[in-house]
Amino acid sequence: MQLELSPSDAEFRDRMREFFTTQVPQEIRDTVLEGRHLTRDQIVESQQVLNAEGLAVPHWPTEWGGQDWSELQRHLWHEEMQRAGVPLPLAFNASMIGPVIAQFGSEQQKQRFLPDTANLDIWWSQGFSEPDAGSDLASLRTSAVRDGDDWVVNGQKTWTTLGQHGDWIFTLVRTDPEVKKQQGISMLLIDMTTPGVEVRPIELIDGGHEVNEVWFTDVRVPGENMVGEVNSGWTQAKFLLGNERVGVAPVGATKRALATLKQNAADQMQDPLVRARVAELENDLLALELTALRVVANSTDGAPHPASSVLKLQGTVLQQAVSELAVELAGPASLAARADDDSPQEGWARRAAPTYLNLRKASIYGGSNEIQRQIISRTILGL
Amino acid sequence: MDFTYDDEQQALREAVRGLLKGAYADHEARRRTVAEEPGFDRALWGRLAEMGVLGLPFSEADGGVGAGPVEIGIVCQELGRVLAPEPYLASVVHAGGLVAAVGTAEQKADLLGRLSAGELVLAAADTSPGGRWASRADGVRASADGDTWTLDGVADPVVGGESADVLVVTAALPDDGGTGVFLVASDDVVRAGYATADLTRAASVTFAGSAATPLGEPGRDLAASIATISDLTRIMGANQALGVMQTQVRATTDYLKSRKQFGVTLNTFQALTFRAADMYVSLELAQSLVDWATMTIAGGDPEAVAEAADRVGLQVSRSGRHIGQEAIQLHGGIGMTAEYAVGVGTAHLTVLEQWLGNGSHHLTRLAARVDDHELVEAL
Repeated sequence: MQLELSPSDAEFRDRMREFFTTQVPQEIRDTVLEGRHLTRDQIVESQQVLNAEGLAVPHWPTEWGGQDWSELQRHLWHEEMQRAGVPLPLAFNASMIGPVIAQFGSEQQKQRFLPDTANLDIWWSQGFSEPDAGSDLASLRTSAVRDGDDWVVNGQKTWTTLGQHGDWIFTLVRTDPEVKKQQGISMLLIDMTTPGVEVRPIELIDGGHEVNEVWFTDVRVPGENMVGEVNSGWTQAKFLLGNERVGVAPVGATKRALATLKQNAADQMQDPLVRARVAELENDLLALELTALRVVANSTDGAPHPASSVLKLQGTVLQQAVSELAVELAGPASLAARADDDSPQEGWARRAAPTYLNLRKASIYGGSNEIQRQIISRTILGL
Repeated sequence: MDFTYDDEQQALREAVRGLLKGAYADHEARRRTVAEEPGFDRALWGRLAEMGVLGLPFSEADGGVGAGPVEIGIVCQELGRVLAPEPYLASVVHAGGLVAAVGTAEQKADLLGRLSAGELVLAAADTSPGGRWASRADGVRASADGDTWTLDGVADPVVGGESADVLVVTAALPDDGGTGVFLVASDDVVRAGYATADLTRAASVTFAGSAATPLGEPGRDLAASIATISDLTRIMGANQALGVMQTQVRATTDYLKSRKQFGVTLNTFQALTFRAADMYVSLELAQSLVDWATMTIAGGDPEAVAEAADRVGLQVSRSGRHIGQEAIQLHGGIGMTAEYAVGVGTAHLTVLEQWLGNGSHHLTRLAARVDDHELVEAL
């Protein structure tokens, strides 16, 4: 057992820290660190800065821009981005569809999509969930029917995050309604400018426009846009969702949020109860960070450690807890959430309630925390 | 960075586990042992000595093995797994640690050599009645008459004090001179032994003009060394608690799979399996901080060790109570009985926590320092 990073890993970390804090525009990092909303252009610009340095998609195959890094190096890369306030590469591109195309796509699909996906020249949306298919994703009903070389898609997707920015959408569609539900699903890539695709915003409790419904009405999709064989979509979906779950313990960002809160609410930091709550959260975050390090240090061949469900579960619990403390410390100032920009209330306090409300999503998406408990109890404990 | 044990450490774990399994795999054996004098198994203590386990923390020059904190932590985890009542933490880690930290070369060679050989049992007397984890003594006072020292006062609880041959006592020095450490033969005190909540043994020790030998240089204030050894003991206590928690999670999981109610096994009920999942989360978080704190000791910085002791103390308090309480609840009535190890494990976690520093104590200390840093750094 050895606590210190090896000299080469320490050098790696320093190199990441140096790059992230000097090469990604300060304005973008300040926006993240202060908890304000990024524009589409800022997210694209940031990812392109990373991609130019080979830092946008390090977990892809090297042939397509990946880096041959250890799990620990990937972890350090991820944590240092969060520490520096660098927006993480767009998950739909970097963590979800990119690895799926690299693994299951045709050579033509790889050439067509992977470089543009890494560089965020294509903004992908995720078309998985439906009104009646959430955690029970295999119950999805959006249909794709053969017509010559094309597929004709009809149905509705929902919770399409940032779908208003999307150029393309990767979808799961039902291509065979007659077989067992997991076996009749395929994955289709759909250009969102195709006639019959309609994106409708869903307003959330924080007032933001983050998710959408996407409706498909007789949308014609070329047959070459299917990933893998017909009716093999469930395999791709499981692969993709496995990647999604591993990446959702935002320890670095939550640590940063708590440190920022200590500064913002400095006038309340003499209250012993506040100090105790901060101290307890800091300890919880340390325990989670160390658990993440244990998981990455013990992962082999890229297979996630069984305890990675702990990271998702506890990671979102702490993310929510810090946002909850922020609202409490903001107090009455938090009421000015939707006041004009010339409000006399401080920005962090005005953002506190929307952030707290927005983060209720964290324990729902990416496999709800109930699903994580199910995974732990079945897979790890054998119950 | 590496969170895994090397081959030698694995071998040590297997050896200690094998020995302890022979003694305490059956919880009845533990019950019989704690019910009789001296409350632990002298023969097993001797075998631990033969294996080199009692001398692990001490230098070879002092008759020990010179192993590191990870090895000592492994032993403590294994003791915790079977709720072994042997006074390893009290005698070797705590009292032996004080001797190693402040004793003279002769004292170390004599006491630590015999401790390592299993010929001598030590106990640290550093708590006054009603006292709360202070490194500065106030319950026992030292007086000097030339080179002759005597002690007066009461220490309580003295864990393992009933059967110790020599007591390592912290006492207030004359004229507000701080806190010294003294050796007192157990013949020179009055001891009232009792069982703690987990049925291990402690004592109330009364000093009345008891002859005492200063440990190390006489008359020096040793509060800083006392604090550091207490912090080391806390971290090793956390290792022991981790062993208890591992057993409890395993036992609870096994029970949910085997126990039937309403014609089906309990793991059919999601309300119960979800609670077991949460126990596992608590266990993993505790393991992370225990491993980290144990590795921090090797760095040798007392401030880092103090910080690590507070952090692991808080986490093990939270995880230990959660797991201990849930283990009993999910077992139902059987968890309440003395003849079943799970409930006794919860008692042991309670004793460890209140002996070495409870969650509120560590949280208070951490809260006092929240503005000393921006972020808490793991590495």
